[in-house]
Amino acid sequence: MNVIELKNITKRFGTVTANDHVNFDLEAGEIHAILGENGAGKSSLMNVLAGVYQPEIGEIYLRGERVTIPSPRHSIKMGIGMIHQHFKLVECHTVLENMIAGVSGKFFMNQKKLSKEIEDLSERYGLKINPNARIDTLSVAEKQRVEILKVLYRGAKVLILDEPTAVLTPQETDNLFEILRKLKSDGHAMIIITHKLDEVIAISDRITVMRKGVKIKTLINENLSPRELTNEMVGKAVELTIECPATDCRNTLLNVENLRILNSDGRPVLGGISFDLSGGEILGVAGVAGSGQKELCESIAGLETIKDGQIKFNNSDITGRSPREILELGISMSFVPEDRLGMGLVAGMDLVENVLLKSYRDKKGLFVDREAAKAHADLLVDKLNIDTPDIYTPVRQLSGGNIQKVLLGREIEMQPELIITAYPARGLDVGSAHKVYDLLNEQKLQNNGIMFIGEDLDVLLEISDRIMVLCEGKITGIVKADEVSKEDLGYLMAGRSLEGGHSNA
Amino acid sequence: MLRIAKRQSISKRKSAFIRISGILSALVLMSFFLLAMGLNPFKVYGAMIAGCFGSFYRFRQTIELMIPLSLAALGIMIAFKMKFWNIGAEGQILMGAMAASFVALNMPELPKPVLLTLMGVAGLLVGGLWAFIPAIFKVKYETNETLFTLMMNYIAIKFVIYLQYGPWKDPGAMGFPKIPNFVDGAIIPELFGVHIGWVILIALTVLFYVLLNKTKLGYEISVIGESQNTARYAGMNVNRVVLLSLFMSGAICGLVGMIQASGVAGTLTSGLAGGMGYTAIIVAWLSQMQIQFVPVIGLLFAVLVQGASYIQTAFQIPQSAAEILQGIILFFALGSEFFVKYTLHSIKESKTKEKVKGAAYE
Repeated sequence: MNVIELKNITKRFGTVTANDHVNFDLEAGEIHAILGENGAGKSSLMNVLAGVYQPEIGEIYLRGERVTIPSPRHSIKMGIGMIHQHFKLVECHTVLENMIAGVSGKFFMNQKKLSKEIEDLSERYGLKINPNARIDTLSVAEKQRVEILKVLYRGAKVLILDEPTAVLTPQETDNLFEILRKLKSDGHAMIIITHKLDEVIAISDRITVMRKGVKIKTLINENLSPRELTNEMVGKAVELTIECPATDCRNTLLNVENLRILNSDGRPVLGGISFDLSGGEILGVAGVAGSGQKELCESIAGLETIKDGQIKFNNSDITGRSPREILELGISMSFVPEDRLGMGLVAGMDLVENVLLKSYRDKKGLFVDREAAKAHADLLVDKLNIDTPDIYTPVRQLSGGNIQKVLLGREIEMQPELIITAYPARGLDVGSAHKVYDLLNEQKLQNNGIMFIGEDLDVLLEISDRIMVLCEGKITGIVKADEVSKEDLGYLMAGRSLEGGHSNA
Repeated sequence: MLRIAKRQSISKRKSAFIRISGILSALVLMSFFLLAMGLNPFKVYGAMIAGCFGSFYRFRQTIELMIPLSLAALGIMIAFKMKFWNIGAEGQILMGAMAASFVALNMPELPKPVLLTLMGVAGLLVGGLWAFIPAIFKVKYETNETLFTLMMNYIAIKFVIYLQYGPWKDPGAMGFPKIPNFVDGAIIPELFGVHIGWVILIALTVLFYVLLNKTKLGYEISVIGESQNTARYAGMNVNRVVLLSLFMSGAICGLVGMIQASGVAGTLTSGLAGGMGYTAIIVAWLSQMQIQFVPVIGLLFAVLVQGASYIQTAFQIPQSAAEILQGIILFFALGSEFFVKYTLHSIKESKTKEKVKGAAYE
């Protein structure tokens, strides 16, 4: 029997149709994956189920009965719980306090009884959570378990998980899947939104593929290969391999010695790390989210206060210098930050003004030269096939892939010797992602150095020459990409060291 | 039940339609109000216009209102462009006026051009300083600039009251607490019958239009307003730009004070700013943060104020009634901005409620 059935769901945002007459059904006790590139309409479809969006057309049936879901509150009442990609937990409260927030009940609460209930629940599904622990002391994987526990506690029988593995190590992912299987055997139905093909094949019973707001097909998970799924997802056969061309340049470009950085509470986020990077090399950086990647990038780019240590670029000391001073030293370094619209670009400004960001000082005098920037923007649009109505469109209105092309294009056009790039392919579809990898490889072949902060271990293993693994602000290993497996990286990411001693390549 | 949703984008035609229908609705609602008072609304509206432009004297009154409102709005806008909420124009105007008066009262024997220049410079400097102080605290200690600038207004007002009752009291006013009138050399000249504040307004509008839209500093200001992180990433010296712009913002307001003291009041009083520093915030906001719209919106505001005060005398209606008219127009003008940015959807609630009950598990 179908727990949930969506019929003809259409959701529009202005002129954009996010979901175009989509049909979808979910059976009791199944894990159903929704697969699609960014902008395929996965999240908006699920937000319709979660009561966040109201569809323009279409019907929702819950156990055969027609319903409307006007708000998230109604959704959870109906037994549908969504676990968002960005957790919605109060960091300074305990697990218990987070669980009961928003649950209507009596004025006074029986802490002991609640504690017991939570422990029972978590034991039943192997969630292993201490109800009295404060959220900010938990790891990302544990926080995710709290989110799952939270919706279970509120009586959810249908769980929607939005990209649940994006923040997990491979081992933690296995762990999560174990929990999901237990929930399944207990009669819960689950929807997983993802774009990681291996995981889809590992966990799901059925797979619905979406593309550009339309449902392509629903497949039963039997003998499917990642390649087949990709082709369905993209709509054409795609090349999945990423090249890692060899170069012979070996001059040290960047040298970091004993770098220490504290956060605002005075706790170390980078605990004395040392490494170097040479020209013609891609150094991959792996680690679960929040292991110090952001601070590492920003300290090299001059945006972070450095407690201790030294950063040298081509033997000139740039420790503690501001971005401006680094520029004035004649150092050609580009930083493509993780937060594209919040740091790399100005969301509300058009392409011309954004191109201007790095070059507006070049012209002497009081005035800015918009003509040069205009020509430059035209060039970028042409060269990188940026899909935009014109160069006077605010970058906020472009799609994720095109936003990244503007940012990366601007930085690469400056011909930097070193590119630091954080999650350059995050949120991009397969085609755009490969375009980005090609651009980086092009730079590598010109003997420029690249530091590549990544999250997809498969990509890191393919594109990098060496991979540096961070765990809680420390380097747990710098390894040669062709000598290690994904599991090895997973162990390093979890803070363990590798047997066999090749962790000092 | 209604649900509010942010608009993704809006066409120019549609936003113009919303704004115009906002004003029209205000006029219609006002008509009912006027009818209830036994007045012919068309006559009243006509009189409002006539009260502003009907004679040269009235026209001058209107322009003399428009000048300080628009100038102060220009100053405020520079700060607002950076999302630095400078609510302190009132105090900056008053302190600028105070500095100009200090020069006017202490050096009356100077030749007119020199005296006026000195008064202008004093107004600019002290007004700028009055905005610079909260800016320093914001940059160094991340204090809340809204509260800080607001409280600086009260300090300015109380300080001028102190001067008025104490050290600057006119000995010739027979005990009446007032500051002496300026000498003729301290009064700004007129051009075409109106004091030359209007020339300054035109010049500064052009200057700031160029500054904000064509120069490097203007570009930096707009990037900082959008995202300080991006500004730092691009190597901008954020603190320097914030301090410099805030000084300019306050300086323009200080100049307004000098113009009001010299061109309108002929002396310094604690009521010199008279709430203009606050009204200018609305002018800046309704100008969509676009410099070129400031004089236009400033003029509309002046018409509203001047027209309302004219109909008080012409139709013998109480001041409070005239203020209600102003209030209605403002309410609709600001309200239409809401509809430009958001839309309302209705949600069919009634049907859902029972379904939720029926569908709840166990």
